[in-house]
Amino acid sequence: MSHIAPIERTGPGPGTLGLKKPWRFTAPTVLPGFSLTFGYTLVYLSLIVLFPLSVLVWRASGLGFGGLYAVATEPRVAAGLRTTFSISLAAAAIDVVFGLIVAWVLTRYEFPGRRFLDAVVDLPFALPTAVAGISLASLYAPNGLFGAPLAALGIKVAFTRLGILVALIFVGLPFIVRTVQPIIGELEVELEEASATLGATRAQTVWRVLLPPLAPALLTGFAMAFARAVGEYGSVIFIAGNIAYVSEIAPLLIVVKLEQYDYAGATGIATIMLAISFGALLAINLIQAWSRRRFGHV
Amino acid sequence: MPTLSRDALAAATDSAHGFGIRIEGVEQDFGSYPALRDVSLDIAPGELVALLGPSGSGKTTLLRVIAGLNTPDRGAVYFGDEHATNLSVQERRVGFVFQNYALFKHMTVADNIAFGLKARPRRSRPSRVAIYQRVTELLELVQLEGLGERYPAQLSGGQRQRVALARALAIEPRVLLLDEPFGALDARVRKDLRRWLREIHKKTGLTTVFVTHDQDEAMELADRVVVLNQGRIEQVGPPEELYDHPASPFVISFVGEAVALPVKVVDGHVEFGGRELHVDTHGLRDGAARVFFRPADIAIGGQGVGDLEGRVESLRRTAGGVRATIAIDGYDQTLEIDSALSSGAKLGGRIPLSFSNARIFPSDPISDSEFKEAGDGI
Repeated sequence: MSHIAPIERTGPGPGTLGLKKPWRFTAPTVLPGFSLTFGYTLVYLSLIVLFPLSVLVWRASGLGFGGLYAVATEPRVAAGLRTTFSISLAAAAIDVVFGLIVAWVLTRYEFPGRRFLDAVVDLPFALPTAVAGISLASLYAPNGLFGAPLAALGIKVAFTRLGILVALIFVGLPFIVRTVQPIIGELEVELEEASATLGATRAQTVWRVLLPPLAPALLTGFAMAFARAVGEYGSVIFIAGNIAYVSEIAPLLIVVKLEQYDYAGATGIATIMLAISFGALLAINLIQAWSRRRFGHV
Repeated sequence: MPTLSRDALAAATDSAHGFGIRIEGVEQDFGSYPALRDVSLDIAPGELVALLGPSGSGKTTLLRVIAGLNTPDRGAVYFGDEHATNLSVQERRVGFVFQNYALFKHMTVADNIAFGLKARPRRSRPSRVAIYQRVTELLELVQLEGLGERYPAQLSGGQRQRVALARALAIEPRVLLLDEPFGALDARVRKDLRRWLREIHKKTGLTTVFVTHDQDEAMELADRVVVLNQGRIEQVGPPEELYDHPASPFVISFVGEAVALPVKVVDGHVEFGGRELHVDTHGLRDGAARVFFRPADIAIGGQGVGDLEGRVESLRRTAGGVRATIAIDGYDQTLEIDSALSSGAKLGGRIPLSFSNARIFPSDPISDSEFKEAGDGI
């Protein structure tokens, strides 16, 4: 077929050929309604999220940077912020371990009652947080079901920082489980088997084969559990005992300030929390973007 | 397709020779239904063996028993003279290629291949440089030079398959096991990879067992084919033996196409639809039986010499002759037969047919149902 000449390229190259593509805000799709839904999204986000937050910042700006700094360095506030953020971090980290195990068991194994357990995971979502707080407090109180034996061992949970940790672990668990579960479902059993035939030990299989693909989801879950823990109020205040400088959380301090009609102080603490949370979530997102690049082709 | 560098091969298979596999009386039950029933098999060192059967025949289970991924309820597996039944998967050192490849998606191709070497305990782990060299050699062996830094998601199906094979070869396996190695690939890639696997096998000399439901694949690749059906071995033999001397109705109908005529044996004569067929009964007892022959072994015969008669349902001209669809009297399926222009077949006309290489098996209800299932499975 050598007599067929190649098609001759005539005219301008692809860059200059034809009409210039008009710039569009979105690519056209089969389903219309972009402007409507986009408009709704903007209005909704503005009214429900951005507007209240900006009012907060605006109120706090009355304090000025000096004022904010003064609020943040007030010893009781500083202690409260430290308590909230450090314990939230710890709780989210512990949730990652527990949540991963729970998600693994619920996804990988068939056993009677699996569906029931799966539903139980969502209870911390659904329960009014005050209910959770009261029941945790009564369980862990020195005369409670768990508190009494623990007290005998010299461990005090209720009305200490440990109590706050327990409450925050409780509310954060579903976030890890629900974000990791679908990813575990996608990991084929053959991956474990392949790892074993290649001579890897069980520990190597877990660390090198199974955990890396789960890392991004674990981080997402961690971020969500952390964010929830920072803002948690209801379940904590009953078990924390709220001892100033020891087991007082930042959200409680806001309430305290409001009760004292110190609106500026309250918004000050709120703004500082907002800033720290934003920074922390941004950091987690950056780590996540990095880990997606690193383990990305999952 | 590819030619293989001798160095790469030598490196790939340093200690790979000389392990036969012996399977003795292996049984496995999954709940109520038996997946393997008293399976015994001897595989010679360096042999390339196919496990062929319809889905649910136990072929993958048998492969997994060899690899140690399944523990049989009874029976033993030997690698060479070593009793391997109680060895863990890790200790067996088998190269296993999974049907879906099971590549580690978060690792590059090179890391996937190096995984088995890096996972070794420190005292037997090769140096970094040695691992790197070996990965390079294996990439060359599987024709993926320069793709070591890619991720599995960036490769085509055929390339992933080759990565999986390189990963399995990296650990210097004693035997190579492949589960439906070409199942997920399109026809063209499949053909290339088949030839290429044959070549790798020839040069590495690794004892290789692969599972397939595709009889063409088994016949083309394997030295010997093991036909499995409902957890039992039906026949073991080289491809020509399966074609020419099938041991059971299942084998004849699963390996290649076959016509199965329901017949009656009376006093050593075979009766079909009121006429006698000239088939050697080999002393078959009187009763219901089936006569099997291949469509290729049937021809349009001259007047009076036919064993069978049929009606021409349709005729189509082909380059060298005609292709006739024929309904045999007393048989519920039609056949396509290629014949010469001069055969005298006319549309709607009746023609005599003769067949050769027929085999007869008694038709007992069990094997009949199995035969039917096998037919459905193809």
